[in-house]
Amino acid sequence: MANSRAIRSGAGRDPHAPVTNLVLLKLLISARLRSQLAYRGSFLSDVAGQILLGLTEFVELYAIVHNVSSFGGMTFAQTLLVFGLASVAFALGDLLLGETDSMSETIRSGKLEVLLVRPLPVLLQLATSDFQLRRVGRLIFALAALAAALLFADITWDPAKLLLALITPLAGAAIFCALFLGAGAMQFWILDGRQFANAFTYGGRYVASMPGAALFFPIQVFFTFVIPATLVAYAPSLVILGLDGPAGIPAWTGWLGLPAAVVLSGLMLLLWRAAIKKYTGAGG
Amino acid sequence: MPIIEVEELSREFQVMEPAGRFRRRKKTVHAVRGIDFSVEPGEAVGYIGANGAGKSTTIKMLTGVLVPSSGRVSVCGFNPVPQRKALARKIGVVFGQRSQLWWDLPLQDSYPILGAMHRMPEADWKPRFQELAEQMDLGEFLTTPVRQLSLGQRMRGEVAAALLHRPDLIILDEPTIGLDMISKEKLRQFLDAERRENGTTLLLTTHDMSDIQRLCQRVLVVDDGAIAYDGPLTGLADVAGAVRTMVVDLTAPVHSADLLSLPDGAVHQGIEAEGIRHSVSFDPSKLSAATVLAAISSTAEVADLSLHEPDIEHLVRELYGSARR
Repeated sequence: MANSRAIRSGAGRDPHAPVTNLVLLKLLISARLRSQLAYRGSFLSDVAGQILLGLTEFVELYAIVHNVSSFGGMTFAQTLLVFGLASVAFALGDLLLGETDSMSETIRSGKLEVLLVRPLPVLLQLATSDFQLRRVGRLIFALAALAAALLFADITWDPAKLLLALITPLAGAAIFCALFLGAGAMQFWILDGRQFANAFTYGGRYVASMPGAALFFPIQVFFTFVIPATLVAYAPSLVILGLDGPAGIPAWTGWLGLPAAVVLSGLMLLLWRAAIKKYTGAGG
Repeated sequence: MPIIEVEELSREFQVMEPAGRFRRRKKTVHAVRGIDFSVEPGEAVGYIGANGAGKSTTIKMLTGVLVPSSGRVSVCGFNPVPQRKALARKIGVVFGQRSQLWWDLPLQDSYPILGAMHRMPEADWKPRFQELAEQMDLGEFLTTPVRQLSLGQRMRGEVAAALLHRPDLIILDEPTIGLDMISKEKLRQFLDAERRENGTTLLLTTHDMSDIQRLCQRVLVVDDGAIAYDGPLTGLADVAGAVRTMVVDLTAPVHSADLLSLPDGAVHQGIEAEGIRHSVSFDPSKLSAATVLAAISSTAEVADLSLHEPDIEHLVRELYGSARR
């Protein structure tokens, strides 16, 4: 029978078992995985492209540090830690909510209406819809960079630092998720807002992956206390490495990543809800 | 209790319109103005009107995609926008131009996901899926990725997807647009059977008069945001004077209309191709196509013929004209 494969995919489970959130999530994610693999060649070249992109950024950073011997008061290995933490956080955020980047496309094509007439939150459907998985290449490279930095950066570990090193990539991922969410929500008001929104997401990644001390003072403050990009990697790195921060980013801000992530996510979720409400209020 | 209840429903949009070189002025467009109707469970209603008449706006308000500017909507006992997710479990929606299937996956892979979204255990959705697949003849292309399906195949898949969770109401926006005759007919047969067997309420918008004739006992005509007609299709034809046109090609030319015998009530409309092609209009409620053809055949040999249904846009125009007078 032609249809035996899909039918069998649920084998082993009790056919009468109620559908839990976990079962649903598994189905959605596996559908996404299989969609990706439908274009195997394109998927592999995308992964390779993303690794190459990460590598280019790394080379850029290396070129700077190699020529000035210290970048924002950091050695190469220390810079690599900032870069690694920021890259892992960004890659995770992008993987989860990168789809909101093309929100204006989703709105314009009418796909949003299809999502709205299903009994699931739109955000969950977006997070598990098609095309971000190829960005896994970026994550692989980021993890490699982070591992290398942790090996070479001469860190004197204590339990607090270890805890911070574990929290930081996750809090950073949440900060980037929130930025992506905000960027998506913004496109409900500014239909051509993709480039503007990218200034916050990709711009935020750029700032996050370099030593904050190299930034101009007002920019330090803006990217620490308004858009918490330096809290993603630089500030926690100061704590982990036992360094003092510049005037705009004191070392104690290293512990602000998680609270900032919680606050920013909350705000951006509210903005997202307002955006969906705006859409149902105004129409396409 | 009605499954759809709409009272004094209105929707307006603010659009910006250029005023001078740089300035823009706000302008209010009334897409839907104070419509009232209700639909009982098990009814089949055709919702028709010209492009821009307010059909899609109404459908968006019924499905919870759009908030009304004023008035009241209740669908399956829910207030659509605030209770959107609860409503989504009770209704099925097919947007003719948009897909709700997983584009890159084989068609059959969409159904387990949709079943889970509606929290249906496997024992619940699978028999339903097999039933739908059989009735809609999905078997031969279940393993084909959705993006490779023909429009007719995909549309059958879409309708099956919208019906998987056994909704009380299915709303179809232009379901037959772009389909060939056979696909259209299959879809109509299926929808009709679904309504008869499961009591599913049907609301569809269409430009195709035969969709309405085959499926709907009741027609709502919307024009310029207001309901211009609400009643049976036969009544619509009476009001608007719907006529069918038969075009016959004869084997030998007949140069005068008088030489062709026609039954009472049929009107000769014109001669083309030097007497070969004749068109004859008649009221389908009074005369059958067979009677007209038999009469013509008695005087001339017919080589070919085609039948033209009354154009829905034309009907609506006529109707709106007469409503205004």
